[in-house]
Amino acid sequence: MITISDLTKVYRARGRDVTALDGVSLHVEPGEVHGVIGRSGAGKSTLIRCVNQLERPTSGTVTVEGRDLTALAGKGNRAGRPLRRARGGIGMIFQHFNLLSSRTAQGNVELPLEIQGLGRRERARKALELLDLVGLADRARAHPAQLSGGQKQRVGIARALAGDPKVLLSDEATSALDPETTGSVLRLLRDLNRQLGLTVLLITHEMDVVKTVCDSASLMEDGRLTESGRVDDLLATPGSRLAHALFPLGAADRGPDRTVVDLTFHGEAAGAPVISRLARVHGLDVSIVGATVETVGTRQIGRMRIELPGPAEKNAAPLAFLRDQGLTVELPGEEPR
Amino acid sequence: MTWDEMRPLLEQGTIDTLYMVGWATLYALIGGLPLGVLLVLTDRGRPLANVVVNRVIGVIVNIGRSLPFIILMVALIPFTRFVVGTAVGPTAAVVPLAIGAIPFFARLVETAVREVDLGLVEAVQAMGGSTWTVVLKVLLPQALPSLVAGLTTTVIALIGYSAMAGAAGGGGLGTLALTYGYQRFENGFMLATVVVLIVIVTAVQLLGDGIVRLLHRRERSTG
Repeated sequence: MITISDLTKVYRARGRDVTALDGVSLHVEPGEVHGVIGRSGAGKSTLIRCVNQLERPTSGTVTVEGRDLTALAGKGNRAGRPLRRARGGIGMIFQHFNLLSSRTAQGNVELPLEIQGLGRRERARKALELLDLVGLADRARAHPAQLSGGQKQRVGIARALAGDPKVLLSDEATSALDPETTGSVLRLLRDLNRQLGLTVLLITHEMDVVKTVCDSASLMEDGRLTESGRVDDLLATPGSRLAHALFPLGAADRGPDRTVVDLTFHGEAAGAPVISRLARVHGLDVSIVGATVETVGTRQIGRMRIELPGPAEKNAAPLAFLRDQGLTVELPGEEPR
Repeated sequence: MTWDEMRPLLEQGTIDTLYMVGWATLYALIGGLPLGVLLVLTDRGRPLANVVVNRVIGVIVNIGRSLPFIILMVALIPFTRFVVGTAVGPTAAVVPLAIGAIPFFARLVETAVREVDLGLVEAVQAMGGSTWTVVLKVLLPQALPSLVAGLTTTVIALIGYSAMAGAAGGGGLGTLALTYGYQRFENGFMLATVVVLIVIVTAVQLLGDGIVRLLHRRERSTG
């Protein structure tokens, strides 16, 4: 649905070249929610703004719904008619909502419909329908100054949906909201994704966002995507930093006479009584240091940190046993094996 | 001078002043609004970014702004004569007043439009809006309260300029104050023109502030 290939963006700032994007490639499947996570300054914002060409990439291509937007954009900063029409089919929501304070909620949702050239009646009908969809039918005549942050973002979402988009871009849409409101806005995005088959590309610096709504995710660092994949696959990948960041177990307290092991349970293994079997078969005293269980999409993922007596070299057999049970086994603080 | 002698003079003077200021304001609006918007749009990082055009407009506006009005008026006499056919009277005064007010208002428009959040411009571009859409649906409506405030300031500046235009035979309250009040030492009449000017300026300011307040209140209405 969205294919980004080898995208580069170099800014010239005070005579120096600053590379914001350094050969980024990414593919988002239709109907998928993909999250790009990274620190501020990593290039996430540049990446998402390159998708609808608000920012022109230095090189590389962006294809949305099979259309090469980089080719439509042409040279220069002005957007020609073909690009403007293509943008009309891509919804976008923003961290600071970007609603016109001079218009009511309904007026804001009508704006893209005005650009499309719909008549007054038709605009009002559709705007009210969209406000109803985001649960704000009763606030249609309120101005943004009258709405809470969560309500403003819902208006923003209704406005982004006005062009019947198949793709929604979300630029830190929940970063200005409190945790509770964030949750309700994310649930709305999830519902829209399921109801309308909307493909969502979102950028965020909040791990919770990825955990709550994303099917797949990428980690962005210094203008590159350093990890990318389905969230459950990433969790099954030993040494995945994204998985560690998503489900942190904290720093490991290692010692010479014990082995600290991080286990990730997913799929079949999640239900099996692995720890008691380990203790029985290998006659070991296993202590559980910490554990966490999360729901990713519809699947349950568990992570657990255990301690085995004796150094890692002497625990080769129990570790092999754990791997055989279908768990992802990692020894924190050591090179992933 | 008795009140009965003063009254018809003051009435005609007020009408002439309002005539000059009214037309000059209209031209300031027609000329200054697009210039101010262009100053923002052609700036770096803006939709119509163009350094050359931006600099040229900037220089023209600065020249217009830095010339003292009385000098501008005298310098424009040949041009005024060419346009209106004469260099004296209220209609002739409209020409230098308009030319003086256009760059003045253009700078105020520029400031007002620059204040509009760039995120709004981006949002409209992201939904497929053209530069025209950005100007008509975002920049001007969002800047409207500041634009009205700027126009109020311009009108009041024009009332001041129009009194100066009186010195060069422009007509209106300025001419009256000079010919009767100053040259004939009619202090009572001088006072009367000053009072009328104060009343006009206050009325304009109150009207402008009232409209601005109304616009702000509308943004806070729940509907």
